[in-house]
Amino acid sequence: MTGVTSTLDSPLPDHRVRSARVHRGLRLLRKYPTACAGGVLLAVIIVLGLFAPWLGTVDPTAIAPGRRALLPSAQHWFGTDSLGRDLYSRVLYGARISMLVGSSVALLAAFFGTVLGMLSGSIRWLDPIFMRVMDGLMSIPAILLAIALMSLTQGSVGNVIVAIVIVEVPRVARLIRGLVLSIRERPFVEAAIVSGTPSYRIMLRHILPNTFAPLIVQATHIFAAAIVIEAILSFIGAGAPPTTPSWGNIMAEGRALWQIKPHIVFIPAAFLSLTVLSINVLGDGLRDALDPHSMRSF
Amino acid sequence: MTGYALRRVLGVVPVMAVVALFVFGLLYVAGDPAAVLAGDKATPEQVEHIRVSLGLDQPFFIRFGHWIWRVLHGDLGTSIYTDQSVLLMIGQRVEPTLGLVVLTMIISIGIAVPLGVLAAWKRGTIIDRAMMVLSVLGFSVPVFVLGYVLAYWLAVRLDLLPAQGYAPLSAGIWAFLRHLILPASALGLAYIALIARITRASMLEVLSQDYVRTARAKGVLAGGVLFRHALKNAANPIVTVIGIGVATLIGGTVVTETVFAIPGLGRLTVDAIAHRDYPVIQGVVLLFSAAFVLVNLATDLLYRLFDPRIRY
Repeated sequence: MTGVTSTLDSPLPDHRVRSARVHRGLRLLRKYPTACAGGVLLAVIIVLGLFAPWLGTVDPTAIAPGRRALLPSAQHWFGTDSLGRDLYSRVLYGARISMLVGSSVALLAAFFGTVLGMLSGSIRWLDPIFMRVMDGLMSIPAILLAIALMSLTQGSVGNVIVAIVIVEVPRVARLIRGLVLSIRERPFVEAAIVSGTPSYRIMLRHILPNTFAPLIVQATHIFAAAIVIEAILSFIGAGAPPTTPSWGNIMAEGRALWQIKPHIVFIPAAFLSLTVLSINVLGDGLRDALDPHSMRSF
Repeated sequence: MTGYALRRVLGVVPVMAVVALFVFGLLYVAGDPAAVLAGDKATPEQVEHIRVSLGLDQPFFIRFGHWIWRVLHGDLGTSIYTDQSVLLMIGQRVEPTLGLVVLTMIISIGIAVPLGVLAAWKRGTIIDRAMMVLSVLGFSVPVFVLGYVLAYWLAVRLDLLPAQGYAPLSAGIWAFLRHLILPASALGLAYIALIARITRASMLEVLSQDYVRTARAKGVLAGGVLFRHALKNAANPIVTVIGIGVATLIGGTVVTETVFAIPGLGRLTVDAIAHRDYPVIQGVVLLFSAAFVLVNLATDLLYRLFDPRIRY
């Protein structure tokens, strides 16, 4: 049901397994070329972030008044910002923040949204109350809800993650609830009920695994959305403290000089856009691959 | 129809009640509201002043009731930073934001719907592919990034339009539009992508129907088939998405107004964050959420206009 093929107990010798894998990889590449390109690009950005300290960077918070707002050069590959901080280092460390926020939000929102959605989809008296609350939360535009949450707490990466999780949980919960309601009516669930399977077991073993495919697709879109919201929060001063090298903070810092030193804004902007693009393209590919019923082109 | 409309209108009440409860309650979840509102540098006297002015000696739901009563009577409280009425502050900033959002909607719908129709009509061709690429880009390029790109090339380099600032309607429609055209384009791209995608998908479904084939066989011209027969029947999902997408537009104004230095509600919000002015943020969030809910109510009620077969 989950679409995972195991190669663990393969009777083939090692090199045959390897060539079969390469073959399957090539077939994936032919079928979903853009999604593969997105995956590769995302992997590059993750590697840049993970290995930032070893990629020729300096302290991203080190201020150098004598080298303010320099253009890109051999010494400063992306130039410096208006406080003389090295932009190449800041942008690479910024990838860490974006990836941390994106992945944490995607995981936490998927987890809490699934728990709430399963509860709402299975406990009848809870459902109407729950849905009203979710409807209400979802009628607050996402960025404004995040702003309202952040305006009451200290600006830190942790609080940003919590705020965006609160924004995204209702969307996951509604998706899962809808799935539970429809899966519940399918014959294999009826069969499980008739054969006396306890209801918690039906929920966990029969219904939950069938929500995974749409959930994964939703999680990739949340990953992308969280990165954008984090950048926006930093950009308008409601995110991590300004010293934190996040892409939104770098852009906010470059705002004052953007007409004469556009590179301070445009370099992190390009990284942000490419990251979001790669995740979106990957998510679209996953949707096509995991859900054969969806219209390929839509 | 009236029965449905009435039920739908009444359905707004619980949704807005949840929004209000959330926006109000948030202040109390965050800890001592008086201390939170006063900020880190406040003296004990200032904290005490806020505590008394909020009536914090009363139970939560009594306070919520009083607050709702005042909100319903147009009193959104006073700003902690400027000591002005929040409603007044919002009133002064509504015009730029409303202008920006309405202009963005007009431009976006005007571009996206024909684009989606064209892509569906020319399915599989280079036009279709180009539209899909555009829509993926539209979803991926954040609004402030696009804003800076447009402002840099069209305003700073080519000097075609003002890079920043705002001219009120009273300064003349031309000046008003000149200042808003770049922000509206930046804000609109994601919205265009969303509407064009739905239009294309919805049109593809309708174009495969028998009555479209019949119309073509009768010799109805392509334009007639597309816009008279197909688009009308494909309209409901498009209208829904136009309504839902307003949330993106509203959120986007906060960033767009910051990039283009437009003195609207978004800018007011950003300034309020800097001063930790929660009453102002509360007011803006309430207002924007209400606007979003009402737009979606309107699109729901519009369904019947496009599809008389729907009986409520």
